[in-house]
Amino acid sequence: MLSLTINDRSIEAAEGETILAAARRAGVEIPTLCAVKGLAPTGACRICVVEVEGFAGLVPSCSYPVAAGMKVHTHSARALDARKTIVELLLADHPDDCLYCAKNKDCELQDLAESLGIRKRRYRSSSQPVRLDVSSPGIVRDPQKCVLCGRCVAVCNQVVVNDVLDFGARGAKARIICDADRPMGLSTCVLCGACVEACPVGALVFKEQLNCMPDGRVQTTRVTCPYCGVGCQIDMHHKDGKYIYSTATAEAAELQPNQGMLCVKGRFGLDFLNHDGRLKSPLVRKNGQLEPVSWDEALDYTAGKLAAVKAAHGPDAIGFLSSAKATNEENYAMMRLARGVIGTNNIDHCARL
Amino acid sequence: MTNSMAEIAKTGVAFVIGSNTTWSHPVFGSMLKRAVREKGVKLIVCDPRRIDLVEFADIWLQQRNGSDVALLSGLQHIILKEGWEAADYIRERTEGFEDYRKSMEEFTPARVEELTGIPQDKLYAAAKLFAQSGRGAIYYCMGITQHSHGVDNVKACANLSLITGNLGVEGGGVNPLRGQSNVQGACDMGCLPNVLTGYQPITSPEAQAKFAKRWGSQPTALKVGLTATAMVPAAGDKIKALYIMGENPLVSDPNVNHAEKCLAKLDLLIVQDIFLTETAKIADVVLPAAAFAEKIGTITNTERRVQLSNKAFEPPAGAREDSEIIAGIAERLGAEGFPRTVADLWQEIVELTPQYAGMTYERLRLCGLQWPCPTPDHPGTPILHKEKFSRGKALLAPLTYRAPAEEPCEEYPIRLSTGRMLQHYHTGSMTRRAKVLDSLVPTGQIELSPADATRLGVRSGNRVRVITRRGSIVTFANVVERVAEGSAFAPFHFHESAANRLTNDALDPVCAIPEYKVCAARIERAEQ
Repeated sequence: MLSLTINDRSIEAAEGETILAAARRAGVEIPTLCAVKGLAPTGACRICVVEVEGFAGLVPSCSYPVAAGMKVHTHSARALDARKTIVELLLADHPDDCLYCAKNKDCELQDLAESLGIRKRRYRSSSQPVRLDVSSPGIVRDPQKCVLCGRCVAVCNQVVVNDVLDFGARGAKARIICDADRPMGLSTCVLCGACVEACPVGALVFKEQLNCMPDGRVQTTRVTCPYCGVGCQIDMHHKDGKYIYSTATAEAAELQPNQGMLCVKGRFGLDFLNHDGRLKSPLVRKNGQLEPVSWDEALDYTAGKLAAVKAAHGPDAIGFLSSAKATNEENYAMMRLARGVIGTNNIDHCARL
Repeated sequence: MTNSMAEIAKTGVAFVIGSNTTWSHPVFGSMLKRAVREKGVKLIVCDPRRIDLVEFADIWLQQRNGSDVALLSGLQHIILKEGWEAADYIRERTEGFEDYRKSMEEFTPARVEELTGIPQDKLYAAAKLFAQSGRGAIYYCMGITQHSHGVDNVKACANLSLITGNLGVEGGGVNPLRGQSNVQGACDMGCLPNVLTGYQPITSPEAQAKFAKRWGSQPTALKVGLTATAMVPAAGDKIKALYIMGENPLVSDPNVNHAEKCLAKLDLLIVQDIFLTETAKIADVVLPAAAFAEKIGTITNTERRVQLSNKAFEPPAGAREDSEIIAGIAERLGAEGFPRTVADLWQEIVELTPQYAGMTYERLRLCGLQWPCPTPDHPGTPILHKEKFSRGKALLAPLTYRAPAEEPCEEYPIRLSTGRMLQHYHTGSMTRRAKVLDSLVPTGQIELSPADATRLGVRSGNRVRVITRRGSIVTFANVVERVAEGSAFAPFHFHESAANRLTNDALDPVCAIPEYKVCAARIERAEQ
């Protein structure tokens, strides 16, 4: 352990720890754009620059290690001024369509501009507008809004390890590309959506987000994914009783089985909930046709028929197939119905199928 | 799973067999790939297809479908011969070693090459890597279990883990990746013909008495009931009525043509589901159910983690929760005190199930608990069998090789396997009604090798007819390098070209699982 001061407070830090990590542990917030929790820093965005006494230039706190006796100022006039300039340069070619952007009020660039007191555009870029990439069925890319922080590249290659996104070209022409610069919909992208969750701005959004501007009616509920056995925890975003889109559960993400990830099915496979074909009435076959009936009629009919089969052929003439899609409570209920009420052990489910 | 998914970062070598992990369990697939790339975890992949995970593997063993016992025993033959086994562990924690060792003698590298098609030097390299890379974790899926010798395959995996001392240790284990969100829980809840909740045997009078007392009912017969794979063929014969909740056997059962005829003979077919599935269409009664996110309840994942799933919004007007429907039927059948609410059901579960006894919804809220969790202060159990096995010492099972029930022949020369795709799930009743997923893969297909495709004169997108002894379908060819010549792979999600019209309903004699993974087929170019 060694000690240093951050904003005139003495702080203990571990050898090799970054200034950013030490500061965050001490409750000092330094803004960042490119840092991804759990991954090595890239130092790409420079938003996190701080002033260290005795150093000629500012240093990026995300990648600079602490040293004994170091005196760090995270919010000095010089650091704030540099941060403000960086954000102003990022805003130079950023579109002004915040009101129509799916990330409005949920945008880290917007937050930074607000907190740094930026109220008008100081620089204006001469770069040409870049077209939207709408080729993917689930994700919309707006390169114009991209701040080149590289978070999407980091998660695609280092977290979900799908190796699709990368930086293409250099300097003012730098941009994010899929594979060897293919439209996303024609690339090897598997639509896990990790890049969208990582994006601090509106450069990557889920298509469904565009149809549903963030307003007070969008609610979030944590559910367990209904597909494979990994048991991914999903924050389901919904509005007026309709599913909209999914993000990986943020609460204690490192403790969840999915560790902040989802796959294409958890991400884009849940809108069956809203499907028109959902069954809305019990049906009973009459004269060869399934016809809608009341719940009372359906349940009376079902129970009456089960009782009749049991009376005529015994309980073992009835079989029960429970469901690996239903909850434990429901499976237990089915098991109790079979064994405790009908009196048969003919109960199974699709474990073998 | 005996162990937990997050332990992949702490293992020395991962052994993946019969699991196309990045398609069927994509999130765990990412964890695996990250462990390989970031932590230097070694990876051995055994699969007849060149699945995506092969790109990350140190060694890929391409076995013939259905030859897994030979592959796994061949590795053990080499380990034993070279003296790489964990002798102390074998002595202290296992029994039956001598009989087992003798049974491994016949699996010489030469014989294994003949049975599996795996070159001897590759087999040797894999045995060495698994035995000498520190802790070894085995991951498998339905590619191991869905065979007429599925139980032998699982025993062979367990044997490999045992002789290398990897069961009951962090970063090791025998880890079946469970394919459905709550298949673990459905088993835990006693929705099996041979056990009550928590695997209490139905043949135990004490267990039966405990449940009968709690329910105020008569115990059932002390005999095991019928499995799903026995109930459907018995339909119309021994089985007169079938109550199916949230399953679609007319797409998911093996030999669907036969299953269709059987179900048609029932006096009463009750189907409870969220859509009018292929099975619901032929039912006598259809009961509309609430889906996940429209109800609260617990779900148990592949690593035995019991998690709470919350209610986001109401089900469509007219649909009811499964528990409410079941209670309604139970009451009409004269059952008294049948639990009506999810809370009441949960209360009974924790009372009657020792593994769940220490759980409450409040304790599950943050990140669930892994069973066994026997008391309110128990932290849950990420790793099973740490101190001892449930039977005391683990039994090393002697094994012999058995061929699949159906092998290619002149009339049916192609080795056909079935399984899942990344974009779809099981019978497609949910994923094919999801807009993005349906747009990604709108139709069924069969994966063919370039060599077979050339021979048949077909290209990707051409229609082909696939024929087996049980049925035929017309579907689209997908010509891909990952399939070996002489093999084909058909995803089973598509009812209009259901791969299960082709599959073999031969069963494992012990556990009655069907042989979905191998059958013999003929493929022809169809009219376009």
